[in-house]
Amino acid sequence: MELKKKLEILADAAKYDASCASSGTEKRTSIGGNGIGSTTGMGICHSYAPDGRCISLLKILLTNFCVYDCVYCVNRVSSNVPRARFSVEEVVNLTLSFYRRNYIEGLFLSSGIIRNPDYTMEQVVEVARVLREVHDFRGYIHLKTIPDASPELMARAGLYADRLSINIELPTIASLHTLAPEKDGQAIRRSMGQLRLKIDESKDKTLTGKKPQRFAPGGQSTQMIVGADATDDRVILNTSANLYGAYRLRRVYYSAFSPIPDASKMLPLKAPPLVREHRLYQADWLMRFYGFDAVEIVTGQDGMLDLDVDPKTAWALQHREQFPVDLNRAPKAMLLRVPGLGVTSVERILTARNVRAVRYEDLTRLRVSMKKVLPFIVLPDHQPGRSLDANDLKQRLQQSIAPQQFSLFKAA
Amino acid sequence: MQLVRLKCETDFEGWRNAARSLLAQGIAPEEVVWRVSNKITGLFDTPNFVPTQTQGPQLTVPRDFLVLCKTAILYRDPARFGLLYRLLWRLRKEPDLLQVAFDPDVLKVRNMAQAVQRDLHKMKAFVRFKEVHIQENDKVWSGFIAWFEPSHFVVQASAPFFTGRFTNMHWSILTPDICMHWDGEKLSYSQGANKIDAPTEDAGEDLWRAYYRSIFNPARLKVSAMQAQMPKKYWHNLPEAELISELIVNADKRKDEMIAALPTEPQRKIVKYIAERKG
Repeated sequence: MELKKKLEILADAAKYDASCASSGTEKRTSIGGNGIGSTTGMGICHSYAPDGRCISLLKILLTNFCVYDCVYCVNRVSSNVPRARFSVEEVVNLTLSFYRRNYIEGLFLSSGIIRNPDYTMEQVVEVARVLREVHDFRGYIHLKTIPDASPELMARAGLYADRLSINIELPTIASLHTLAPEKDGQAIRRSMGQLRLKIDESKDKTLTGKKPQRFAPGGQSTQMIVGADATDDRVILNTSANLYGAYRLRRVYYSAFSPIPDASKMLPLKAPPLVREHRLYQADWLMRFYGFDAVEIVTGQDGMLDLDVDPKTAWALQHREQFPVDLNRAPKAMLLRVPGLGVTSVERILTARNVRAVRYEDLTRLRVSMKKVLPFIVLPDHQPGRSLDANDLKQRLQQSIAPQQFSLFKAA
Repeated sequence: MQLVRLKCETDFEGWRNAARSLLAQGIAPEEVVWRVSNKITGLFDTPNFVPTQTQGPQLTVPRDFLVLCKTAILYRDPARFGLLYRLLWRLRKEPDLLQVAFDPDVLKVRNMAQAVQRDLHKMKAFVRFKEVHIQENDKVWSGFIAWFEPSHFVVQASAPFFTGRFTNMHWSILTPDICMHWDGEKLSYSQGANKIDAPTEDAGEDLWRAYYRSIFNPARLKVSAMQAQMPKKYWHNLPEAELISELIVNADKRKDEMIAALPTEPQRKIVKYIAERKG
């Protein structure tokens, strides 16, 4: 099979993995080395596809042959999609060829399970080894870890990779059991636990003061599919909170279950729940940067996030007794809970109010949505009056979130 | 009226020396005109201000201010030099000024710096090298050439990134303002170029377009999200951008076909084999 055809099959097979991050690792350059590659710490998106997703890494599968039969997956054994397999050399050459032209930050390599977990993992690690040791490649490498691969292989993966990830796949162990019968939810969590220990160890000095072996300086992440099972948002966010807490994940990615070619009859296809996915990311941000607790974010009776307004606004509407907030006096934690105020705006307000009072006109110059903020705040020259208690406040705050812009480009 | 002439668009040192000297002499911002040397000069455009080493109290400015100026001075607007001087002028009486993010002058300068940072970031992201082999006498020179049009004066600021990353390659980045060259050891600059000076073809681009086409998920079309991060002004230098309209036009049809397709029976022998082994 020609290389281009393989690339098409194995990129198509990899695109349902949402992660493309190239951030969070150590800073490196190729100065003094024999090859190419660097990492800046913040990551770079080299392109964007019309699905709005960043293209930062060459994201491919080593092979889409797979012995597992996960119903939601395009690569499950029972699917009739075309199959292909890259050689180690082909992946190495593609990565370097793309990298030299400044198309990518590096490689995100995953694989279908062939023969057994160890055999598969060994092939994946070999690609990373050749890139690092033969070509002195210093760009970003993200490897998908196969649960239950041997500890020795894990250690080698961590030595070469910047980031490792294991997909949790579904929010509950019961769902995983139904939809991915060969996968073991306990084993996935066990592997995450081992990764966490290795990552933590690599950051501590050993007793002898010797530098510990390098292990995935960019940490670990995971992905959860949303909408393939009936799990509600409350359970999903609790699972995320647990993953962030117990395994210190850098990121949990939410991937709206998307139509795939040759889908299983056990899982009928529908348009992916993109708005729900967006709300989950917003809720995830509230947990990580705004001091919200997983349990307080979902305000609806049905355990679902409100699709009409963002989760912070939904929370504020249900807790109107805590508003209005005086922007010139309230503590930081409370400013972070004001709808429409982002972390940067809050920092700016806190710094500025040490010098002089923040007034209405000042706020108009920051990039905040006045319509959203005003009902919830007090300024020397602004009182929300009755707008905070108005019954139609939600309607007035509601933004049109239906993705209407698509029709612009629709085929006739 | 004082006329200050700077050496080039990115002459931060020149600006700083002049600003220090102007401030020491108590010359107000409204009294100063700033020009860059290589610009065509008008009749009254003879510089009459020469920065001097001045005695007297030195103004200490916050470190943040210098960092901010070094970035904002790369903004493509002749008014930037005067605006930065006005900010410095005001800092004498209002030492906490920079902390007031919504002060109009502070806001303007911060927005300028932010636009420069963004442009620098986009340059690192969207420069596309094309591989070239040039016959020189009996030797073949292999290297990489890119054409890029930055919105601001960020080429020199991007040098550490490109030399640190493509260290063991020979490359040139051509832009309308200035060109930057790296031979594996030394960095050099030359005058601005034209788009026709850059190569148009590269054998490697076909695989890249194949990848771009395949990594796109037609079931999740979000065109405005793409354009927010990759505005159209960059598209004409991105080899993959020629696919965008085709991918968008066919996306809904591809999604609907996937949803409407009837499930197939597994055809592969391995499925039966696995089922038998499980018993």
